[in-house]
Amino acid sequence: MLTAILLTFLAGGLAPWAARRAGASAGWLFAVVPLALSVYFASMLPRVSGGITQVTPWVPSLGVDLAFRLDGLSLTFALMISVVGVAVVSYAGGYMKDDPLKPRFLLILLSFMAAMLGVVLADDLIALFVFWELTSLTSYFLIGYKHEKDESRYGALQGLIITGSGGLAMLAGFLLLGNEVGTFRISEIVAQGDAIRASGVYLPAFVLIALGAFTKSAQFPFHVWLPNAMAAPTPVSAFLHSATMVKAGVYLLARMQPALGSTDVWFWTLTLVGSATLLATAGLSLVQRDLKKLLAYSTLIALGALVVLLGVGGTVASEAMIVFMLAHALYKAPLFMVAGSVDHEAGTRDVTALRGLGSVMPVTWTVAILAGISASGLPPMLGFIGKELAYEALLPALLPLVALIAASVAMIGIVGQVVVRPFWGRRVEAPVERPHEAPASMWLGPLVLALGGVTFGVLPMLLEPLAVPAASAVYGAPLDFYLKLWHGVNLPLLLSILTVALGLVVAFAWSRFQPALEAAFGGVRAGPAGVYDAFIKGIPKVSAATARRVQSDNLRDHLVIILGFAVGLVGLTAFLRGGILIPADALVMPSGTPYEWVVLILAAGGALATVRAHSRLEAITALGVVGFAIALVFTFFAAPDLAITQFLVETLIVILVALVLMRLPDGLLRERTGAVHRLLSGGIATVSGLLLAGLLIAVTAQPMDLRLTEFFNAASYPDALGKNVVNVILVDFRAFDTLGEIAVLVVAATGVYALLRRVRKQPPAADQGAPGGPEGGP
Amino acid sequence: MTSLILRTATRLLLAVLLLFSVFLLLRGHDLPGGGFIGGLVAASALALYALAFGSSAAAALLPVGPRPLMGVGLSAAALAGLLAALAGRPFLTGLWFVQDFGGYTLKLSTPLLFDVGVYLVVVGVVLTMVFGLEDD
Repeated sequence: MLTAILLTFLAGGLAPWAARRAGASAGWLFAVVPLALSVYFASMLPRVSGGITQVTPWVPSLGVDLAFRLDGLSLTFALMISVVGVAVVSYAGGYMKDDPLKPRFLLILLSFMAAMLGVVLADDLIALFVFWELTSLTSYFLIGYKHEKDESRYGALQGLIITGSGGLAMLAGFLLLGNEVGTFRISEIVAQGDAIRASGVYLPAFVLIALGAFTKSAQFPFHVWLPNAMAAPTPVSAFLHSATMVKAGVYLLARMQPALGSTDVWFWTLTLVGSATLLATAGLSLVQRDLKKLLAYSTLIALGALVVLLGVGGTVASEAMIVFMLAHALYKAPLFMVAGSVDHEAGTRDVTALRGLGSVMPVTWTVAILAGISASGLPPMLGFIGKELAYEALLPALLPLVALIAASVAMIGIVGQVVVRPFWGRRVEAPVERPHEAPASMWLGPLVLALGGVTFGVLPMLLEPLAVPAASAVYGAPLDFYLKLWHGVNLPLLLSILTVALGLVVAFAWSRFQPALEAAFGGVRAGPAGVYDAFIKGIPKVSAATARRVQSDNLRDHLVIILGFAVGLVGLTAFLRGGILIPADALVMPSGTPYEWVVLILAAGGALATVRAHSRLEAITALGVVGFAIALVFTFFAAPDLAITQFLVETLIVILVALVLMRLPDGLLRERTGAVHRLLSGGIATVSGLLLAGLLIAVTAQPMDLRLTEFFNAASYPDALGKNVVNVILVDFRAFDTLGEIAVLVVAATGVYALLRRVRKQPPAADQGAPGGPEGGP
Repeated sequence: MTSLILRTATRLLLAVLLLFSVFLLLRGHDLPGGGFIGGLVAASALALYALAFGSSAAAALLPVGPRPLMGVGLSAAALAGLLAALAGRPFLTGLWFVQDFGGYTLKLSTPLLFDVGVYLVVVGVVLTMVFGLEDD
């Protein structure tokens, strides 16, 4: 399984190269990747009931492995991802035919697919989290694909912020859970449900993990990102909505149900959140007239239904959840692709501007009708079986049942607008002169998926080998059931008839009430969307206000604060609590050699000259003298590497500071400070000097611990073939630290470069004469 | 900054200092020196050249700009670590290739490659700042 995931990533990596050569047929070429995955996963079907585990050690010291496990649930998702993936990739080939960035698109799409497979196959919480965040990242690039558009960037960022924050909450939950159980292996955690439910971490872990799932699966009030993700190219929307991304949250809840489910908290949280999602999005869907927006709200309805079913739990709900989800994947992907084809060939997605396309796009309409019937939950489609099972499962829970019925009514309304309105009628109306049928690449995939919905509806027993182990994994114990299209006349059927009747009313009345609703609510950005906007706009405001208060442009202010704190807090505390012990003999005048005295006097003279200097250039040169004197001290005490470094760094600092000073306006080259300032600076400098000297004397008065020195001296040559211990530590023993340090250097230099460029672009700042300096000075 | 003495001396010093920096780099594993110090020497030499002749003349001496140089250096250091991973050892484990050629010993190793990376990063970082400040 790891191989399959890695190969998919690899195929993504090859995509830019191969797609440029394959040209127009790149879509067909790369559809082979998900096709191969489909065949691979389908071949696992007979062996899946017991679960197949593969483990590759990853970070053994932390107990984190690249563990993968294929059971009914994982296989259902993996097949859904790869089969829908075939349709999506081949469709993208036609949809993005003339897009010069198609290679990049395929790269991200395949990486996304690989990450998604990782999520559903991972048997390790940490691995799952890594793949989870990879889907967030790749979907950010997919949603923001048309990056020159504002709405794309807005939608992409919103999706990333919401799902990314949820992912972090989820990670915290995972860590709590993993620590409590003592392993990150999901299959082992799931087996210990009773112990987890009885432990103290149950509630926080559940809340955090549920936050991850709710944000990913766009549950109320986090649903706002999903309609905005419509800015993505249509193949992406089809994939994100039907088989991937938003289903990841549902997968997580289904996966965790045996560990975290069957409690009151679980039941009430999931049913209430799911019902709120159903009702809110069913209502909001009535306002839309954009094909993709309508479908986006229908996705939210389906997600709400799945969460409600997981919340209710039990045998029937587990079956219903799997069948409902598969039906949804098989009708939602084709519907999105139909919307994309209509947009592509007829020039708009506004349903009120389209008429009679059925006569010019017969195949697309056929796909739309097949998928639409399934979406409405009518026989003989798989959607009908799913919805009947869902009604049956929810019979004991009144609120979710009512919410689902209301949402199913809205769903039929949506289907009416997406599947019937644009195609119906004899006279063709569209912004494009002569709309025509989409190319084969854009109807073959959706047609196959939609036919799948019919086949599994008429012959549901074909789905049992997959659905039974999947529902068993959700339920947490083996289940045995048969799927049937016709259950006889029962309460769910009566409820369905009621739903259809109400749905038809909504669908027919739509053109009357939609304009009024849009006029009333279309521009309103209250509720969760408003909260998000306020939050995003608030961040720069708060940070600007904070920066204005605490940030100074003057280096001296920073030094005063830093040194003042060091002296006032650290120094004072150490002094008062007897941390600095200065032995009496340390204060006796030492007997240095004459040249040591010379260097000492040099350093002291340099320091004095620095303080007395009248210009900045003078000060920096005098400070250089102090540095060189210290370098000489290093050579006296047999630290040649340190001495060389000190010499070179001193030289470069003098050069760099001199270059900076040359760029300052003339007026700033001279110090002009008041007596108070000088006294304060001088005081702080003196005290911090004394503190450092005291610390040094106190430290050297203690006997030195030589264990490290001895270790490195002994190990340097035998272990690292080097005689210069300093260098061996830098490039071998502690090479990882060095790698981090040079990376920091590169980042810092890049920052300096960016700042200097920024400064250069601005007109030269006027000489203000004040030592505070012009704003934004180097 | 255009004194004749500075220019003439710089021409001579540049070659000597660059040679010295490579010398420091290569001997660093056994004697005082190493990538960091060597890089600082090379960077000082080029900074001196930039002061005497202008930063565009100094930049023309380098085959690539200082910022790509940082990237190359960082990649070389990372590669030195990854080579160990390819050999199935923990990241950044030192690998050695020692060969005798009639009395002269050739010692190649991943720590040396790592040190070359450090050298290039230091040169790139310092020159990015110097050129950025000096360039007008």
